[in-house]
Amino acid sequence: MSTATAPAPPAAASRRRPPTDGRRRAARGAWIAYLVLIALALIYIFPFLVQVATSFKSEPEAAQNPLGLVPQNWTVAAYDTLFANSDFPLWGMNSFIVTVFVTLGRVFFNSLAGYALARIPFRGRALVFALLVAVMAVPGVVLLIPKFLVINQLGIYDSYTGMILPLLADAAGVFIMKNFFESIPASVEEQARIDGAGTFRTFWSVVLPMARPAVMTIVILSFQGSWNELNHFIISTQSPELTTLTKGVAQLASGALSQGTQYPLKLAAAALMTVPVAIVFFVFQKRIMNASAGAVKE
Amino acid sequence: MPSTPTTAAEAPPSRVKRGDIRGRQGLAGWLFITPVVLILGLFLVVPVIMAAWVSLSDWTGRGSPFSASVSFVGFENYSGILGGEGLIGRDFGTAIRNNLYYVLLVVPLQTALALFLAVMVNRQILKGRGFFRTAFYFPSVTSSVAITVLWLFLFSATGVINKVLSFFAIEGPNWFQDPRGVLHILFGLVGVDQAPAGLRAPGFLGISGWDWLAGPSVAMSAFVLMAIFTTSGTFMLLFIAALQNISGEVQEAAMVDGATGWQRFWAVTLPMLRPTLFTVLTLGLIGTWQVFDQIYTGTQGGPAKTTLTPAYLSFNAAFVDQQWGVGAAIAFVLFAIIVVLTLLQRWALRERDVPRRRRMVPAGVSAGSSAAAIPGTAAPADEEGEQRR
Repeated sequence: MSTATAPAPPAAASRRRPPTDGRRRAARGAWIAYLVLIALALIYIFPFLVQVATSFKSEPEAAQNPLGLVPQNWTVAAYDTLFANSDFPLWGMNSFIVTVFVTLGRVFFNSLAGYALARIPFRGRALVFALLVAVMAVPGVVLLIPKFLVINQLGIYDSYTGMILPLLADAAGVFIMKNFFESIPASVEEQARIDGAGTFRTFWSVVLPMARPAVMTIVILSFQGSWNELNHFIISTQSPELTTLTKGVAQLASGALSQGTQYPLKLAAAALMTVPVAIVFFVFQKRIMNASAGAVKE
Repeated sequence: MPSTPTTAAEAPPSRVKRGDIRGRQGLAGWLFITPVVLILGLFLVVPVIMAAWVSLSDWTGRGSPFSASVSFVGFENYSGILGGEGLIGRDFGTAIRNNLYYVLLVVPLQTALALFLAVMVNRQILKGRGFFRTAFYFPSVTSSVAITVLWLFLFSATGVINKVLSFFAIEGPNWFQDPRGVLHILFGLVGVDQAPAGLRAPGFLGISGWDWLAGPSVAMSAFVLMAIFTTSGTFMLLFIAALQNISGEVQEAAMVDGATGWQRFWAVTLPMLRPTLFTVLTLGLIGTWQVFDQIYTGTQGGPAKTTLTPAYLSFNAAFVDQQWGVGAAIAFVLFAIIVVLTLLQRWALRERDVPRRRRMVPAGVSAGSSAAAIPGTAAPADEEGEQRR
């Protein structure tokens, strides 16, 4: 085929039969897209299936047949060990305590601050706002040593106070609440104020109930954030009684209480600690995916 | 004249009342915001100031860093880590090299994969979009500790990855025990397995040219894959949100003009995704310089220090070696690196596109419409920011 003669026929052909050609190509494209997506989805899901399967295997089987999704000899030895012979239940309880307090605290304090920034004119508001933005820009890992210094200086090192208090407010959450309060029409509060309600009453019984979607977003993000938090607990505690799941499982992974590889045990621990966030994720899927897109984009 | 006193007499009380309300409101405002300001101030601002002092001192972790026995040493800690001399200097150089390769690999790959996933999942004709979105996003909600534990198993000597590789008759490495640099392995394939004479002397940050060229170690490569696996879902969501903001009309117009799918992506979609692309690259850059959890859980910097990162080194210097000044200094240098690189990136990506976008869509219209579509998204904010500059 010479390049000089080639252009004419295809152009004519395409003019004559665009619908069938285009449709066929679109259909083929869709099939390829599906195949690619399914292959990718398998790659993303498979590790978690292997994780659960391996946690029910014996150690030799885990090493011999790492790919198998159905254990040849089912065993719950890993879970037995975790619950009967390790601090795992204690870690879980600590994680639970911290998560509950942090979530409640964040909902309350973030929405108070968000409301003030959105609705109450007060002197220094612009400054506070600028400071919050600046604070958000400080990378968390850089704060490891600094936070320890303050916690230590305040005498709350190695206590629940030291674990919970520093996490009780987060700038990103304040912004989410502020944005939401700004979208509520001001007339609602004016009505309440005319009825003689004070600022806190207006906030607490009129505006906050209207902010349920935003509050749910804060609940979900705080729950995930504090349940998965690791480095704050590394620097704020040392005693075994205050170990959380993240810290405990991290120590388990680096071989704190194990001989040999103990993959079933470690994977069982990792799988169990994922269960609460997985439940929250599947229940609030839609909201989480919208929220994390919104929260990161603030 | 008689009327003025009455208005004057009337005015003061009303002004007082208004002032009173504003005063009461001001008080309420401060009461509302105080808890957050106190907590963030106490655990974010004060710590930074304290750490700044510690980084200039020889505090060893005993007693208060403000006690009389702690002395001011100036920039000794900083010159110690930046001079490339001694153990800590070389460790810092190694950590920077490791993290640099990590950033260079993770940021482009995770951005490209996230964009690819978003475009695929966002196809109009696709059935089961929800399922794919969930599958790709799920790794992002699990904790870094749990994922690291899983990764240690997948990439162990007898793990899943090596099993799969063995189907292709490839003998996989013992990933997390393998300190060989990937580039060194490649050089070895073409016969260069020793440092050439010119690259042996200690160079920048005390690391020889040959060692700078090592590439990420095999162990670090496994962490690179893990980062891509866990973050691509989050960034995919950002891209999907942005894609849904692009009106179908623009696409149709391009289609009428005879643009192929590929051309539409490069000439229409990608330029319109620019603000989001910018956000994703910035977040990626900030995140990838803070590698800590994986190293703490998985390798503690090994094998042969090839997964050591500045964040982990800072932690280790302070909490394990009790060299608090050095640890704090590393944290500040890391902070500076992140700030400088973010600004550099802003500057590099700033120019070119702003006038073109203004020409294409009137600024007010685009900002207004996207703000209306999704309240509080970054797209309008980013545009404002760019235009202000």
